[in-house]
Amino acid sequence: MKTTKTSYSSRRSFLKSSALAGGGLMLSLSWFSKAKAVDKLQELNLPDQWSELTAYIKITPDNVVKILCPNPEFGQNVMTSLPMIIAEELEVDWKAVVVEMGPHDNTKLGPQFTGGSNSVRMYWKPLREAGAAARQMLREAAAQTWSVPVEEVTTKGGLLIHEKTMKVAKYGELASKAAKIPVPKDSKLKAPKDFTIVRKPTKNVEGLKVVTGKPMFGLDYRADGMLIAMIQHPPAFGMKLKSFDASQTLKMPGIKEVFSLKLYEDGFEQGGFDTRTFNELLVVVGKTTWEVMNARKKLKVQWEAAGDTKDTMGGRRGKKEVTVPGGLESTTAQLEKMAEWANKPAQQLRKDGDPETAFKNAAQVIERTYNAPFLAHNCMEPMNFFAHVTDEKAVLAGPLQAPGWVEPTLSKLLNLPADKIEIQMTRMGGGFGRRAYGQYVYEAALISKKVKAPIKLIYTREDDMTYGIYRPMYTATYRAALDANKNLIAFHVKGGGIPEHPIHANRFPAGAIENYLAEGWEIPSNITVGAFRAPRSNFNAAAEQSFLDEVAEAMGKDPIEFRLELLKRAKENPVGKNNEYDADRYAGVLTLVRDKSNWKKAGVATSGNEKYHRGVAAYFCHNSYAAHVVDMVTRDGQPYVERVFSAMDCGIVVNPESAKNMVQGAVVDGIGNAFYGALTHKNGAAEQSNFHNYRLIRHNEAPKQIEVYFVENDIDPTGLGEPPFPPVFGAVANALYKNTGKRQYNQPFKTDPEKRI
Amino acid sequence: MATYNLKINGKIRQVNVDSSTPMLWVLRDHLNMPGTKYGCGIAQCGACTVHLDGTAVRSCQLPVSVVGKQAITTIEGLSAKGDHPVQKAWLEHDVAQCGYCQSGQMMSAASLLNTNPKPTDSDIDAAMSGNICRCGTYLRIKEAIKSAAVK
Ligand code: FES
Ligand code: FES
Repeated sequence: MKTTKTSYSSRRSFLKSSALAGGGLMLSLSWFSKAKAVDKLQELNLPDQWSELTAYIKITPDNVVKILCPNPEFGQNVMTSLPMIIAEELEVDWKAVVVEMGPHDNTKLGPQFTGGSNSVRMYWKPLREAGAAARQMLREAAAQTWSVPVEEVTTKGGLLIHEKTMKVAKYGELASKAAKIPVPKDSKLKAPKDFTIVRKPTKNVEGLKVVTGKPMFGLDYRADGMLIAMIQHPPAFGMKLKSFDASQTLKMPGIKEVFSLKLYEDGFEQGGFDTRTFNELLVVVGKTTWEVMNARKKLKVQWEAAGDTKDTMGGRRGKKEVTVPGGLESTTAQLEKMAEWANKPAQQLRKDGDPETAFKNAAQVIERTYNAPFLAHNCMEPMNFFAHVTDEKAVLAGPLQAPGWVEPTLSKLLNLPADKIEIQMTRMGGGFGRRAYGQYVYEAALISKKVKAPIKLIYTREDDMTYGIYRPMYTATYRAALDANKNLIAFHVKGGGIPEHPIHANRFPAGAIENYLAEGWEIPSNITVGAFRAPRSNFNAAAEQSFLDEVAEAMGKDPIEFRLELLKRAKENPVGKNNEYDADRYAGVLTLVRDKSNWKKAGVATSGNEKYHRGVAAYFCHNSYAAHVVDMVTRDGQPYVERVFSAMDCGIVVNPESAKNMVQGAVVDGIGNAFYGALTHKNGAAEQSNFHNYRLIRHNEAPKQIEVYFVENDIDPTGLGEPPFPPVFGAVANALYKNTGKRQYNQPFKTDPEKRI
Repeated sequence: MATYNLKINGKIRQVNVDSSTPMLWVLRDHLNMPGTKYGCGIAQCGACTVHLDGTAVRSCQLPVSVVGKQAITTIEGLSAKGDHPVQKAWLEHDVAQCGYCQSGQMMSAASLLNTNPKPTDSDIDAAMSGNICRCGTYLRIKEAIKSAAVK
């Protein structure tokens, strides 16, 4: 493939001169993140003599340390935090580190999956080990060179030191020798108290590129001879292509080809993340984006009802056929159907004690039902992907959360072995779960194969928003039983959704209440869904945390104290088995947020002349704990969240700077989605298509102040990107109740979008 | 198709495109200047913000044919070395998450500071509310604008 001289150009020359290490832990690369490495070298004017110490680390003779980031970056700042972990154990000066996105190579660089708030969690140990191993190899090299015992060689800031003989060498001087030493298996890791890089607020390594507008996103990708492709998908879920006339389109300037494209042949075994909404699409290929956009409008297409269709799902337990129901769904009908299903028998997910009897004997039963709509991810950078597929190989580049998941499917679709498929991970303009589903990558690859040219597939915002793979539509009915003394004696949750239910049966308050029942039910649909920042949790924390607020009120208790009492019970005398959460850590974030927000009396706070209506919520997911207190004010008759106090327990915080940014972002995202997020349907068609009718939170609606506090402990890092998001919904609902006197049962909370812009 | 001589970041650039082509795509596709981003194409998100004679405009709504002699500044030309006060403040506050919206945010901020060197919170809200950040970096953007204002 010929490419232009952008930062993505492909040159391999420098590889020949790099010393390759052998054996051991994730070692030795046959090809490397060529292009970007070369460009950076040229920018820095450095020699291209790299010695490779582990798959993640390379060092030049003049002590430049290059660290590869294994996981794709979508704004969670892994390109900074993951290399920091290596640098910590390697004992180098962070300023001497050059970070690069690694190539996609699961054998050498691990799972390379961004999602599930797992990047730091899953790489914490392997990266520490890689850094420590490389440091050990350098010490061995120094010991051999100086003929001194290795135990006497110490390191500091990229220097090897032998105190007795006053010998000092830079890592770079001995890197090529160290690269030939076998990688040790169990190098000693540092104690957290000795960390000098981890836990230090550290700026985003790509900050300068961002502020100078350098090409780094998939949509910025270019290659010589590259064409632009767009798809036209059916206008509604449940429809398919009948026929089309492309004659007008083909007459438009710059247009090369128009054709229909079938993604999966009948019986094709889909992987779990191969979700696609429409199997047959129209494709327009041309020279430039604007030309293709305009020409696409001239397509004359006839669509027809798809009827029931079948998907063949692969999996470890063999393949199975799944029927996707036909029909054109509408939100109002969906809500009615959900209400109907909520009264049918459901699948029991967990039961403790005897909830039926407890409810029968209760002095008071509180029952509330909560609903939430589909949500579109609306990543700021719409779906897109570059592909150049030939008979011999495929080169792909673009925004993708899980290259390792799409590769097997690409291999089957293109009939190419995995080692002939190169996937470059560009910086993603947001992901939020959407980019774990690679159907747009497959579309790009098949289009390139068909037109025999490098192409970039671009979704317009409208294509992106109306394609599906949404956060599911959910509902849940909560019931609480109180005895005559207002003690909580039983709890029941029955949750359902389209097409999945949201219930995590083993989470709080399970374990804290004697009699407990959790049930779930699901309605199949042709509207496709996928993970959306903290899947299921993002609904549960809204519903359950509002409900607990209401129960606390009925019991005459402070909402924080009420939760703490339940957690005390869960800790001292837990009910049932398999409780997922740690009651101490859960209580920890609640007490931290209580103290930091100066929570005195439920519901109100003042500061100067300002009076705030307060709401609190907490939640556990992705192995972490988060709690927020939101303070609401009324301006021009409208409620606004003015300030927020957030407490997080995610174990060791690798980079407090970006961690804080992430929590603040989650708070803003949560307020936005709680107030405005909704994707509705009429006759199968999405009713929102762009930001004029899908409201995202804007500057003037964001809080003025978000204070973030982390629980300090030495627990290995747990999730961070997702956990602070779900409880925002609950806290907003509870503050709105104080502010307006009305409880919130249906999302979005503000259904009057006109007023706020 | 028509030929246009456009003044972009202080240089004259010639393009031969259809007169309806928005500047966004002229920049991205024809001039290989992808710092200006596509987010919505309908003037709702601000990702495509550039300066037209110093004022922030949405380049997705700016046909090449109406530009004429007016000077266009893009994120690539905001400063020679990435040291415009806005860019410096953005780095100081580590604003970006995914970063996709940020060139548009910075162009709007720079334009605001051109006309209003000491903006209040509500001035900032008014000038910036056309720029969406899906990652929710609004707080840091506001802080960065205030820092840039005192530079
Ligand atoms: S792309 Fe121009 S405002 Fe969104
Ligand atoms: S930083 Fe991601 S959209 Fe603004």
